[in-house]
Amino acid sequence: MSGFVYLTVMTALRILGRNRLRAGLTMLGIVIGVGAVIAMVSIGQGARAAVRAQVASMGTNVIIILPGATTVGGVRGGQGGVVTLTSADALDLKKRVPLLKETGWAKRDVMQIVNGNRNWNGPVNGISPSYLTIRDWSFVSGGPITQADMEVAARVALVGQTVMENLFDPGEEPVGAIIRIKNVPFRVIGVLAPKGQSAQGSDQDDIIFIPFTTAERKVLGTQFLGSVGALFAMTERSEDLADAVEQTREVLRLRHRLQPDQPDDFTIRTQVDIGKVQEGTSQTLTVMLFAIASVSLLVGGIGIMNILLVSVTERTREIGVRMAVGAKRRHILMQFLIEAMTLSLAGGMVGILFGILGARLTTVVAGWPTIISFDAVATAFFFSLVVGLFFGLYPANKAASLNPIEALRYE
Amino acid sequence: MGALIVCENVWKVYRVGDVQVQALRGVNLTIDHGEFVAVMGASGSGKSTLMNILGCLDQPSQGRYVLDGVEVGTASSDLLAEIRNQQIGFVFQSFNLIPRTSALENAQLPLFYRGMSLRDQRAQAQAALQRVGLGGREHHYPTQLSGGQQQRVAIARALVTSPSLLLADEPTGNLDTESSREIMSILDRLNREDGITIILVTHEAEVAACASREIVIRDGVIVSDRRTTPVVSAARSPH
Repeated sequence: MSGFVYLTVMTALRILGRNRLRAGLTMLGIVIGVGAVIAMVSIGQGARAAVRAQVASMGTNVIIILPGATTVGGVRGGQGGVVTLTSADALDLKKRVPLLKETGWAKRDVMQIVNGNRNWNGPVNGISPSYLTIRDWSFVSGGPITQADMEVAARVALVGQTVMENLFDPGEEPVGAIIRIKNVPFRVIGVLAPKGQSAQGSDQDDIIFIPFTTAERKVLGTQFLGSVGALFAMTERSEDLADAVEQTREVLRLRHRLQPDQPDDFTIRTQVDIGKVQEGTSQTLTVMLFAIASVSLLVGGIGIMNILLVSVTERTREIGVRMAVGAKRRHILMQFLIEAMTLSLAGGMVGILFGILGARLTTVVAGWPTIISFDAVATAFFFSLVVGLFFGLYPANKAASLNPIEALRYE
Repeated sequence: MGALIVCENVWKVYRVGDVQVQALRGVNLTIDHGEFVAVMGASGSGKSTLMNILGCLDQPSQGRYVLDGVEVGTASSDLLAEIRNQQIGFVFQSFNLIPRTSALENAQLPLFYRGMSLRDQRAQAQAALQRVGLGGREHHYPTQLSGGQQQRVAIARALVTSPSLLLADEPTGNLDTESSREIMSILDRLNREDGITIILVTHEAEVAACASREIVIRDGVIVSDRRTTPVVSAARSPH
């Protein structure tokens, strides 16, 4: 049987070689279809990897708790509209939820920051020292805000890359410099390492950190002592995130004395959720491209079927001769199926090449990240095989069910 | 020598639209191993139908056909294919070589369907081509060969399996006199030296004269069946 397959494949290749133009045109649909599959999967995976990297930059084990979404007398407050979270919540959470390795808090407002004759409007964040650990901020120079800074409400500040670029001359050392926030002088004690864009597209480096207590008392003001804009927490491992979220919710509900029928007066978010939304978008793109690829594979398959039907008619006599010398129906069936699959696989190979080329081109021209994976190539290979098999079946069956006498007599 | 072919009251009835065509109407025929039979008859006499049945390409509507002890009348299409492959060699008027395929590969074809190893296929096909005097032309394509040479490739293809029966349907019909002589001499040699039973359909008396038995069919029945003295001298071209 292996000899049969070998010879049949050789025959198929020879027939394709004789009709190069015809074979090429027949394969075109498959080439486009497979090329599209490869390009689509590469772009999709590239996009997903980029999203994942962004999410990772925010921390995959981070929980963010926002106040709000409370309903008071039928009036619904928006998210963050009502101050319901306090620094005491954060401290208590750390005590009561063992899965939480660290908790912290922050409140923010956009303010004018002045350095000499330069100024910049940026978000000023009052933070607990633990916040820097949770969000995994590191430093280009200087050091973090400490617990001691918190206790004395020290006028010290950390600046992000964007803020630094706008307030200081290139080459000027910000650490040690005095800047003014809302006319209060602060000493810069550190420059943050760049983080780039967030998953939502905002600039994470446009930021200033000052101790929470300083912000509360001297800059941002407060509704009541200890009220915060958001709580942050982190787990040791990202697998514990879901459990930690549940326990956090329970503790907060208890602390806020919420009845079982009352909704949460806070919202818990994780970076994983945000990442999922982003992946959903790239998923939509993938589905669309997949639809296009399916259509061209379908058209390609019909092309193969069409050419094979012509071939069966052209080679009716040959089929008759083969039957006369002892070919069984399944031999004839196999022969045409192998021809169909040779066509579609050859098309698939060329398509894979074009797909890889296309993905590369997308990266070079459009700057989209692409990843050419083994999965994509295997999928394309599989698809072209299935298309050949599926669309070869009808012509092959037609050939196999010819009557040998009539086939031999066919002019 | 025992009987290779036994036909008992073989009928073949076709239905063409509303009309029933009785192509064969009770043919009784016995052919022994090693015979050389010429079948003659006008077109539409039923001789093609008979050849198709004898060649296991078709089955009788009624009656028995036993080939070498095997009942063919009720065999499945796979078994028929196997019988054709093992027992029967075909030579057609129009050669019926597979285009764009070398002489060697054409001669290999029946062995290919036996599932024989490629090396054995080549060796046997080579030997068969040698026997019909085409050694050295293994890699020629049909279009590079003359009509007589093409028919010799077809004969090589027919005898590569060492069949017990060779069916030749007007093998010289498309050939010039010289090529016809060559072909007939080869057939004669196969019959004499290898003991292959040959059934030959022909219109030409000169070709029929090579056979040792002559059957005439008319309107679906055998009207004449006689032994003749084969005139082989005419066919014995120098070899």
